[in-house]
Amino acid sequence: MSRQHPVLEAAGVRKSYGIGTETEIEILHGIDLVLGDSEIVALTGPSGAGKSTFLNVMGLLEQPTSGSIRINGEEAANLDEAGLTRLRGRSIGFIFQFHHLMPAFTALENVMMPLLVDRGRPDEEMRVRAAELLGKVGLGTFQGRRPAKLSGGQQQRVAVARALAMRPPLVLADEPTGNLDTASADDVFALLRTFNRDFGVSFLVVTHDPRLARRCDRVLELVDGRLVGEKKGSDLSAVY
Amino acid sequence: MPFELIAAFRFLREGRFQTVLILSGVAVGAAVIVFLVALITGLQDDLIARTLGTQPHIVLRPPDDVARSVVSAAAGETVSAQVDKRAQRLRSIDGWQRALADATGTSGVTAASPMASGPAFAARGLAQKSVALLGIEPEPYLKIVPVDRKMVAGRFHVAGEDAVIGVDLAKDLGASVGDKVRLAAAGGRTQVVTVAGIFDLGLRDLNRRWVFITLRSAQTLLDLAGGVTNIDLVVSDLFGAEAIAKTIAARTGLTAESWMKTNAELLVGLRGQSGSSAMIQFFVSIAVAFGISSVLVVSVVQKSREIGILRAMGASRRSVLTIFLVQGAIVALAGSLIGCALGTWAALAFQSWQGVFHVWLGWQLYAATITGATAIGIVAALAPAVRAAHLEPVAAIRYGG
Repeated sequence: MSRQHPVLEAAGVRKSYGIGTETEIEILHGIDLVLGDSEIVALTGPSGAGKSTFLNVMGLLEQPTSGSIRINGEEAANLDEAGLTRLRGRSIGFIFQFHHLMPAFTALENVMMPLLVDRGRPDEEMRVRAAELLGKVGLGTFQGRRPAKLSGGQQQRVAVARALAMRPPLVLADEPTGNLDTASADDVFALLRTFNRDFGVSFLVVTHDPRLARRCDRVLELVDGRLVGEKKGSDLSAVY
Repeated sequence: MPFELIAAFRFLREGRFQTVLILSGVAVGAAVIVFLVALITGLQDDLIARTLGTQPHIVLRPPDDVARSVVSAAAGETVSAQVDKRAQRLRSIDGWQRALADATGTSGVTAASPMASGPAFAARGLAQKSVALLGIEPEPYLKIVPVDRKMVAGRFHVAGEDAVIGVDLAKDLGASVGDKVRLAAAGGRTQVVTVAGIFDLGLRDLNRRWVFITLRSAQTLLDLAGGVTNIDLVVSDLFGAEAIAKTIAARTGLTAESWMKTNAELLVGLRGQSGSSAMIQFFVSIAVAFGISSVLVVSVVQKSREIGILRAMGASRRSVLTIFLVQGAIVALAGSLIGCALGTWAALAFQSWQGVFHVWLGWQLYAATITGATAIGIVAALAPAVRAAHLEPVAAIRYGG
């Protein structure tokens, strides 16, 4: 584990909704976070603590109300809409609880999609890369299958491969195993660990699953929009 | 193939039912337009051809004789005078050769022919009929009215003492090809001519009255020594005839009358038809546009989550916008192609059923329909596309369809 080259640096990040209205509410209250390369960090906390908002803001899907977010050293606040979109596409991968694969495309095409979005046209290199990734997640023979023809675990593995297609330094995962049985959840986490180890990808994983959190390098606890605790994953055994 | 095009095709393929629905709407709209335009244009072409098949587009004549008051009022006096219009005698165009050359050189004029025409009687045996003598030079005149294509007996040979008469006059006089007919002009001059051919222009009045003789014979009979009473013109742009007539009239001082003026009622009818056709096309286009737009709006709602995912993966708003605009263009293009085929089939079926005139199926009709439909498709897709492009990724993923 190293924090010499942080892939994500958040300082004083606040996020409010309904600003200037009677219903204004602050969800994140000054988050400070540094995520180094090759880390797997779990984010836990009770429902309504702001975990999804935290992930969306760190993933540049939503703008913070204030504070600074740097992805791979690049300050997000300095970028316009197009710049943010480009930075997000190239530097951040997303894994969602409900895989959210595109039903009109095959497994291979789903994995190719981030590359296609980035480059504009399909080419052989992206096809090869997507096929390799599908092979690594154990779905090399399922390239031509539509998502509807895959099991829940297989769909989530395709989603993992898709998140890594751009070789991003950071992947944000929102309950990636929340919708899977134990065996499939173990498989998916094993994949995250493999990509973390082999390619130095950092993962920030929102999870309610203590078994998964225990296997992460660090575990952050978010309560009422504040990071209130940090533990090593291995220290969680006694807690859960 | 660009990413946006791939995504557009896949989205359309995924929503098969909607795609078929939207394609059907566009196809029916395009078919209606093709059928309607083919029919109305064909009908108008036929009407114009029938009308102008027997008359020049512009006729140049000498200016009317005008009567002038012989009493003029002195200072402080008022004169009450009634000036009757002068009877118009048969007159030649002054310097008609120069006027002919001038008209021929006018932009848009494709043919010009001098003519000496006037009233006469045609007699054979005891039969005597009132006719109109048309003294012509055959070669240029056939470019004005191709009478040679309307011959039912003999041939269009107007030379020496040979004349060509209409089928009804021939019947009235009991004359056949080779028979002699005596022509007597109002001034008392007479000439015996030989019937070289008999024509049928499809109009009884013309078939009963027109007698084609040589220009020289007509000049002699009508006492016009070397003169012509009118110069007939044909122009390349039918509907530009009136403008050309005005130009020539202004330049030569002659009276220039275009077919548009002499057939004003026909023109009003044609314009009315064109106007109503344009209105129908407009409303059909609007209906098609709303159809495309409403189906794509539903599609945007259904694809919200996928749009959100694409945005999360780095797709720009412009890309999302393009995906939906391309969908509009694809369905409109494909629908219009199908519609063109359907409309053509319907038009040809109508033509073979009624069998009176030919429907018009020019390439311009297809080009305009396909281009217009595609443009409408893109415009109709604009609102849903803008809506899709402005979806926030988080909301789209969380609440998407």
